[in-house]
Amino acid sequence: MESVATTAVRERVDEIYRSESRRVLATLIRLLGDFDLAEEALHDAFMAALERWPNDGIPGNPRAWLVSTGRFKAIDRMRRRASFDAAVSRIASEDAPSAAAPVEPDDDGVPDDRLRLLFTCCHPALSPDAQIALTLREVCGLTTEEVARAFLTPAPTIAQRIVRAKSKIRDARIPYEIPARADLPARLDSVLHVTYLVFNEGYLASSGDTLTRPDLSCEAMRLARLILELLPDPEAMGLLALMLLHESRRAARATPDDEVILLEDQDRSLWNREQIAEGVALVEKALSSRRFGPYSLQAAIAAVHAEAPNAARTDWRQIVGLYDVLLRVDPSPVVELNRAAAVAMRDGPAAGLALIDAILSRGDLTTYLHAHSARADLLRRLGRVGESIAAYEHAATLTTLEPERRFLARRVSELRAG
Amino acid sequence: MRYLCLIYENEKNWATMPKEQSDAVMAEYGAYTQGIKDSGHYIGGEALQPTPAATTLRVRNGKVSATDGPFAETKEQLGGYYLINAKDLNDAIQVASKIPSAKYGSIEVRPIMEFNEA
Repeated sequence: MESVATTAVRERVDEIYRSESRRVLATLIRLLGDFDLAEEALHDAFMAALERWPNDGIPGNPRAWLVSTGRFKAIDRMRRRASFDAAVSRIASEDAPSAAAPVEPDDDGVPDDRLRLLFTCCHPALSPDAQIALTLREVCGLTTEEVARAFLTPAPTIAQRIVRAKSKIRDARIPYEIPARADLPARLDSVLHVTYLVFNEGYLASSGDTLTRPDLSCEAMRLARLILELLPDPEAMGLLALMLLHESRRAARATPDDEVILLEDQDRSLWNREQIAEGVALVEKALSSRRFGPYSLQAAIAAVHAEAPNAARTDWRQIVGLYDVLLRVDPSPVVELNRAAAVAMRDGPAAGLALIDAILSRGDLTTYLHAHSARADLLRRLGRVGESIAAYEHAATLTTLEPERRFLARRVSELRAG
Repeated sequence: MRYLCLIYENEKNWATMPKEQSDAVMAEYGAYTQGIKDSGHYIGGEALQPTPAATTLRVRNGKVSATDGPFAETKEQLGGYYLINAKDLNDAIQVASKIPSAKYGSIEVRPIMEFNEA
């Protein structure tokens, strides 16, 4: 039987795994120069922690302990595989520049290894799909299945994509480094896009019993802050603002039983004023740069919501106007859908419904949950009960997220009850 | 690490280019080559005759067949190459992006497969 102390250590190890494993991995990749070897080393290091910490106690700096244990385990592994070659002596050598790099906590001054990992995973020599899959897997620690759901792609496809990307990093020797200042702006776009996808996965988890995965959202915001620190780009600013403004509503987005609460019905006193203030300040700074793009515009829209006392007294004209600009800068069916919802608030449900029907009849967004649930909502407002029920029921077939399913079912039963 | 930088461009552009312009491009290539020799990246490099001078060979069932022209009809043709030594892909991209034809055509950067010599 496990002693109480062992159980406590096990819980602490779990906690450290959640908070530190990606950072340890990023440093191990730098030290070992190989993704797969680093992943095995990470696993070995945590196994060693589970074995030793109950007796030896938890080290003062668990991350440094895990990094150095992982590094030694990797050397062991390579020796066992009888590949005691130049690679081993390079990694084991005290003089090697990679091994001499500090393993002490790098909170102050030294850039986080995860930023290095992020730029490597988002290298333009990798396909955009591979960049995103690799970042979610390696930097954020999502499982292959979670990445697959975020992508709406079968898991084996994602697994293959990740394997190929790692092979290319190795074979073409994509360096493990933060790009030179001159290359940074060009490299930033894909990093921001990937960061935003990570945030979305955390803000609206793609499946499972709970609605959100706050750890992933925090991760994305942490990455955005790091990027912003490195490169004060307006779009990095806009992206962080956008994430902060969405995040500020987290406490109001669901009931304690995890039932969905729509923006219009949310208790706005629950919104995080501190995050709103920071987000709004960042939006203003980004917009005043005149080099803003889609993230800053979306953040500006979120800021209008954040500053409105309620749904009815929201400045819908301004929101529609911002969507018009966004459609010019970055046209997409999803932006059109959001604009349609704003038009419905400004001009009435019939106007919004016509726009959504036009998008769907074009063949766009036909399997997109939010297109059908928005349509159902407008039909409901128009009193077209039968069509609204059909649209909600269709929407429910398009989500694997339990709370969303329950929300849609609730709407249907409300409509049936009349 | 060695990389082969394959230079693809529409060879018809060369045929129709006024002489002073092609002289200017050749001078640019000369300066570029000297530059990567000085920086230690250069291993080798050649320009190729246009594809009408090319012959494509196949051996099938022991029989050699030789046909006119390159293997595939494409808008851009292989026009030359540099073999370079670079620290990593970023270094190679840096070097290859300055090849004069990168402005009109495209450069494919391929790592050289290294076989163990043991």
